[in-house]
Amino acid sequence: MDFNLSEDHTLLKDMVARFVRQKYDFETRDKIIKSEAGYSAEIWGELAELGLVAAVLPERVGGLGGTGIDIMVVMEELGRGIVVEPFLATAVLGAGLLAEEDAKGRGPALLDNVVAGEHLLAFAHYEPGARYNADVVETALTADGSGFKLSGAKSVVINGGQADTLIVSAKGPNGRALVLVSRDAAGVSLRNYKTHDGFSAAEVQFEGVAVSADDILLEGQAAEDATSRAIARATFALCAESLGAMENARDATLEYLRTRTQFGVPIGKFQVLQHRMVDMCLEIEQARSIVLLAASKLESDEREKHLSAAKALVGRIGRMVAEEAVQMHGGIGVTWELLLAHVAKRLVMIDHYFGDTDYHLKRFQKLSRAA
Amino acid sequence: MRLDYTEEDKAFREEVRSFLAEKLPAHISKAVKAGRMPAREDYITWQRILNEKGWSVHSWPKEYGGSGFTPFQKHIFEEECVKAGAPELPPFGLNMLGPVLIAFGSEEQKAHYLPRILNCDDWWCQGYSEPGSGSDLASLKTKAVREGDHYIVNGQKTWTTMGQYADWIFCLVRTSNQGKPQEGISFLLIDLNTPGVEMRPIITIEGGHEVNEVFFQDVKVPVENLVGEENKGWTYAKYLLQHERVGIAGVAAAKEGLKKLKRIAAETDAGDGTKLIDDPAFAERIANVELDLMAMELTNLRVLAQAQAGGAPGAESSMLKIKGSVIRQEISDLLRRAVGPYALPFMPELELPGANEEPIGPEGANSYAGHYFNRRKYSIYGGSNEIQRNIISKMILGL
Repeated sequence: MDFNLSEDHTLLKDMVARFVRQKYDFETRDKIIKSEAGYSAEIWGELAELGLVAAVLPERVGGLGGTGIDIMVVMEELGRGIVVEPFLATAVLGAGLLAEEDAKGRGPALLDNVVAGEHLLAFAHYEPGARYNADVVETALTADGSGFKLSGAKSVVINGGQADTLIVSAKGPNGRALVLVSRDAAGVSLRNYKTHDGFSAAEVQFEGVAVSADDILLEGQAAEDATSRAIARATFALCAESLGAMENARDATLEYLRTRTQFGVPIGKFQVLQHRMVDMCLEIEQARSIVLLAASKLESDEREKHLSAAKALVGRIGRMVAEEAVQMHGGIGVTWELLLAHVAKRLVMIDHYFGDTDYHLKRFQKLSRAA
Repeated sequence: MRLDYTEEDKAFREEVRSFLAEKLPAHISKAVKAGRMPAREDYITWQRILNEKGWSVHSWPKEYGGSGFTPFQKHIFEEECVKAGAPELPPFGLNMLGPVLIAFGSEEQKAHYLPRILNCDDWWCQGYSEPGSGSDLASLKTKAVREGDHYIVNGQKTWTTMGQYADWIFCLVRTSNQGKPQEGISFLLIDLNTPGVEMRPIITIEGGHEVNEVFFQDVKVPVENLVGEENKGWTYAKYLLQHERVGIAGVAAAKEGLKKLKRIAAETDAGDGTKLIDDPAFAERIANVELDLMAMELTNLRVLAQAQAGGAPGAESSMLKIKGSVIRQEISDLLRRAVGPYALPFMPELELPGANEEPIGPEGANSYAGHYFNRRKYSIYGGSNEIQRNIISKMILGL
């Protein structure tokens, strides 16, 4: 066994880490999350130029890897920097779907622009009231003259309001379909909003949106399998991002314990805080292990079980790390001006995407019963 | 032993209920029940309604305008107020400064300030914590130097709750560097309109504005604004902190939160055709916090009974603070979880009075994550839970 990153992965990790350190300080991020766009076109362009979108795509489509470790290395560093750029929606979900082997129509040709950072994507899949159930797809694709029309609603679509193209799941004439729809197409209405963790999402309605055969990216079983893979990659990406955010919280808290003085000594001299800090570090190591395990199973038939294990445990540990880090910071920990507060928010809110701890724990129980 | 309320207590509860039904303005209770912060005028309106009835404060002797409630009556009153959606009156004048003035203030101070506190003619805020003095309050550095008939105050206070609404601040200031840090502290009343005072907002983790920092630069304060003796302020500060804080456990608020949580769990689709309350894992989470709350309610009543019998609650209030804060935080966590993906939208405009925008998903869902983050303060403010444990281990366990 070898737990060391390869030379290429080390380079990738250092590159992302350096970029985030140099270009993504608190003020820059604060300006971005308060801006109307909710992301920085400039920084997104630079991240793309560094090859981050390509890094999570397979070589088959001109990517640089696309393995679990590739996703992990990038997401961990983006998580450490609490970066709110549209990486998950565009690179992990959107580009991942366009890069599917069975993808057809006009979709695959969009990849070059996506990789170059010039075209944003969003995966419009979850429906209102479906909670975390990814199997609910009521949005309908029906034949209409020589083409089709799309009607239905999607909920909490990450970066839905920023995406140039939405990839929409629907019930079609040939079973499940994944359809490309321009954000500004006639019949698409969007309600865009910010999320508590500084990202953007949208409620999206489709009312008789015209769809051509060329807009259909995947159909039938291939569409269902691609959806599962996309959600799996995104779930995994969030676990890795959470890990980076946890390490940020750990480092910030450790620094605070060493420098904050009360009663004439650094508060890190108090045993009660020492032990809590130790417990936090132990849990983060557990999180790293479960994420690594999931990375190694991302292409195997045990993928889903390990993803649920990772998401459930990371959700539990993420909450613990967020709460403990805030508590040990005291009053300053609950202020907007401290980056840690935003780290804590991201750690907790990650549990609300693609299934929370309860959802994945239950799913894990089912999937692990067999073996 | 009997664990139920007396007939007198029950009659009192009915009296409070009908008073609230008649007098509490509907627009105020609506905002409070929706979890929004009431407007400044709403607090004042409600305090004046209570004051007219003689019910605005319970920690003062009756001759000064206190309600004269027994500890159990206070508890019943609080419970009914929370249930009805009455705003919790700002404690700074009523429950913090008032008792200190009654115990240590001059006759002139009492005659001038107390009626104004009762009627909320002056809105008070608290100037205790400083950036470098949180848990270690006695290390505070804001300095007051006597020059003729005035003190000249320089320094900075922080975590000043509702300071943006306030007219006056009561401050702990350093008047001497001799002896132990506790021995050089004085208790000073400062008009916030005095030149050299500047209030700046602190935006909290979820994006709200309830606390502030206050800067003092060469602020001239008349010597008659000193409470009690110079350099004895620590005694008054401790009196204030030790002064029985009604409802520190937040039992009534926790019970309302739990009720809301159960309602939401019963209404929320689990995503598979069932309701969230039917999910054994979620139901178990609710049940666990409910058990804690049931026990804490009785613990709280036990402490009240002790107070009713004349025993002074001391370190017991630390116990109630720890359990109460953790239980309320847990309920806020479950509310956030309950609404699933609809916890994500950050819609601060929905929190504003008179907001008429549609929420994303079910009513109220978008505010639970914000509340959850905001409620982290419960285990930090008023002496962090770590400090409360120190108090218990020292005062109760003798360790």
